[in-house]
Amino acid sequence: MRDLAFRVAVALLVVFVVVALIGPYFMEHDPLRGSLRARLDPPAWLPGGTWDYPLGTDRLGRDILSRIVSGARISLAVCALVIAIAGTVGTVVGTFSGYMGGMTDRVIMRVVDLALSFPVILLALLLGAISGPSFANIVIVISLVLWSQYARMARGETLRVKNEDYVDLARTSGLGHARIISRHILPNIAPSLIVVATLQVGVVIVLEASLSFLGVGVPPPNPSWGSMVSEGRSYVVTAWWVAMFPGLAILFVVMAVNIVGDHLTDRLNPALRGRGGA
Amino acid sequence: MSVPLLSIRDLTVRVGPSQNAPVIIEDVSLDLQPGETLGLVGESGSGKSTLGMSILRLAAPPLDKGTSGSIIYKGRDVRKLSNRNLHTLRGGEISMILQDPMASLNPVFSIGAQLKEALRRVPSHRDLDGAAANALAEVKIPSPRSRLKSYPHQMSGGMRQRIVSAIALAQTPELLICDEPTTSLDVTIQYQFLELLAELQKAHHMAMLFITHDFGVVAKTCDRVAIMYAGQIVETGPVREIFHNPRHWYTRALLASVPRTDEKPARLPQITGAPPSVTRRPSGCRFHPRCEAASALCSTEPKFEIVAEGHALRCFHPAGGGA
Amino acid sequence: MPAKLILIRLVEAFFALLLMSLVVFLLSRITGDPVALLLGDNATEADKVAMIRELGLDQSLAAQYWHFLANALQGDFGRSVAAGREPALDLVLSRLPASLSLAAVALASTMLVGIVLGVLAAVTHGTAADVGIRLIALIGQSVPSFWLGIVLIYLVAVQWGLLPTSGYGGPAHYVLPAATLGLFTLAAITRLVRASMLDALGSEYVKLARIKGISEAAVIWRHALSNSLIPVVTFMGTFFATMITGAVVVETVFAWPGIGRLAYESILSRDFPVIQAVVLVITALFILANLLVDFLYLAIDPRMREKG
Repeated sequence: MRDLAFRVAVALLVVFVVVALIGPYFMEHDPLRGSLRARLDPPAWLPGGTWDYPLGTDRLGRDILSRIVSGARISLAVCALVIAIAGTVGTVVGTFSGYMGGMTDRVIMRVVDLALSFPVILLALLLGAISGPSFANIVIVISLVLWSQYARMARGETLRVKNEDYVDLARTSGLGHARIISRHILPNIAPSLIVVATLQVGVVIVLEASLSFLGVGVPPPNPSWGSMVSEGRSYVVTAWWVAMFPGLAILFVVMAVNIVGDHLTDRLNPALRGRGGA
Repeated sequence: MSVPLLSIRDLTVRVGPSQNAPVIIEDVSLDLQPGETLGLVGESGSGKSTLGMSILRLAAPPLDKGTSGSIIYKGRDVRKLSNRNLHTLRGGEISMILQDPMASLNPVFSIGAQLKEALRRVPSHRDLDGAAANALAEVKIPSPRSRLKSYPHQMSGGMRQRIVSAIALAQTPELLICDEPTTSLDVTIQYQFLELLAELQKAHHMAMLFITHDFGVVAKTCDRVAIMYAGQIVETGPVREIFHNPRHWYTRALLASVPRTDEKPARLPQITGAPPSVTRRPSGCRFHPRCEAASALCSTEPKFEIVAEGHALRCFHPAGGGA
Repeated sequence: MPAKLILIRLVEAFFALLLMSLVVFLLSRITGDPVALLLGDNATEADKVAMIRELGLDQSLAAQYWHFLANALQGDFGRSVAAGREPALDLVLSRLPASLSLAAVALASTMLVGIVLGVLAAVTHGTAADVGIRLIALIGQSVPSFWLGIVLIYLVAVQWGLLPTSGYGGPAHYVLPAATLGLFTLAAITRLVRASMLDALGSEYVKLARIKGISEAAVIWRHALSNSLIPVVTFMGTFFATMITGAVVVETVFAWPGIGRLAYESILSRDFPVIQAVVLVITALFILANLLVDFLYLAIDPRMREKG
């Protein structure tokens, strides 16, 4: 039962990644350009719908399916970049903090605690509003918000590993700090960090969508799933499909990510079981 | 002999109701007389703890569903009791002390609250605080009244085990099951605790089922002993008889591995091999792959046969003979 | 002793607030041109100079910060740039009750339902009921709240006409926003309670409780649950944070006149006095919530009372 859910989830994520990478090349319609004669067309299976626009069209007559496929690419790109940036910064800071210990550690961890306790969306909104909506900004904003979780985990794991025999051995054999960290500590704390990264994919997707929904994320006319829902909001009574399908896309991808994340957590780190995301 | 207090017949416990499910306890039958102490000895994984929990019907749900046979307490089958009667039986008639005193007390409730929860179930107790203090005094907790407000984490392991006993005895049961109650205690405290148990048993006129892997404890506390191996009882008899004239090869091996204080410390003999896991028990005599006296016959099922007054065993080639 | 612990927490809270005020101050100074915003396009150069004087923008950053801090401590964050030019703090405080009541309703109902679902899932471990509850929790953790809000408005309010679509008002107005705001936390609590209940139900103290013969209900709801609530309490601060953060989105979707929507509006219109006031008030709420959690923790777990 659990295994089945895991397999379905992995399959869904593979589909998501493949669609994001090559899907746009197979779409008949331009996600950015609409046909004014086909505004707010319903999905194909409803009266008035055509298979030309399987999931219907939005207020500018743009094909919703093409926009979702194209939006997948944006979501994937944001996820990959945020996890690369936040993961690197957080891991470096956390490992350094745990490895040094003492006063350095205490000061760094206070900063991390503060970053963890700050209302995430407010910070993102503030930075988004100040610097204006752009793809680069949203990546930076979300990374700023999420690096601290990696730092927390990396530091805790470094403390755990630091006094293991093999690290002591490396130290007594005269290896430099940088080499001890890169050769002996990082490989041992990597599994936990991978779990954090997996669980964060869902957080990143929802955060990006929320910020785009609020108008400080990926700027229009680019089809971010969040801004698509936002645009569909005004037509929810007359054309529910505009907001419905991009939201379902978010829901399915995030659900799949969470199933995979839970599975990895159970397998790699039973002590973390049952904790919620951000 | 008089009517036994507890009579277990053909008890088999599987992991789930299916006939193919792994067997944890197989065809166990035993009797316990009022006031008597029966030792149940075996290695871990022999099924002895499951047997204890099954008597109270507290084994895990799949095990409970996979149970057959009868457990007759005072003429009533525990396995056929209504839910309500089962709850009166637990604590009131049969009670139990668990292995780990550090984990047996609820960390968020005071000692007094946990004790009174049991005392409240006895209608004759009017003054609960007084009764609770008396119960603590009986297990020799100093200044019992003030201790009622303490929390488990504020007490030592030995003290906690005495409090667990006070809770177990609060409803004056007639049968007390002790599941390795001294295993996690310091050696000196173990001795004190066994003394205390003996006193309590006398004061309350209880029968005891004493589950242990330690023959030393059996010698000190028990009247009779049953030896379990791989889910079966392989030998049972009066303690003196078993100590002086063990007939089953497993019993002999177990006894031989007990360190004795009256002899020079030599290398302790060991039983070769390991006890079989629940899913890979051999056919026939469960012990034969590790037994020095095994023959071809031993891969067929031996009967449980009486060899002397109160002494029975399950073996084709019993050791010894006379005394 | 707890007294020392509480003192440390208070000092930490003070520094956290101070640091946050600095961040907010700097962010609002490095961006935009408040003078241009305040005066509009057809202001003269003289007007601008006068305005710069009035706002103290000709002084050094340090002096400006000191000034800002001194005023903030007296509750003066300046006036909103928006029409009406209300004092920023008054504006924030007038929106606070709507937000707090929504968060309270959402948190209380979420806790109640989440705990019950978590306990039921643990008790029915492995059955269809357990799988169903875990599926609800999984969806709750995955659904984006802005979309959920829209779907609920469409289905419950528009299609079925059961509840008001949006706005602030009587109890019926609370249902959809509170559900939307609470679902993520509901899922988190359910998972947390389920996991810790499974641990508790397998514990030795639950065995002993059963041996006493007390009812299964008392074993579950008293013995096992009281221990399982400790991790829930640990995460209360996080849950509250999620609620406040979620309020920005949910209040925007449901046109709820709280500080979340105020924060959103003030950030979009670059109304810096209001932004500063709202961010600091929210930070103060966070800190207060975390202090409350610490006290609650002391109350529920006797082992904590003796640690320093």
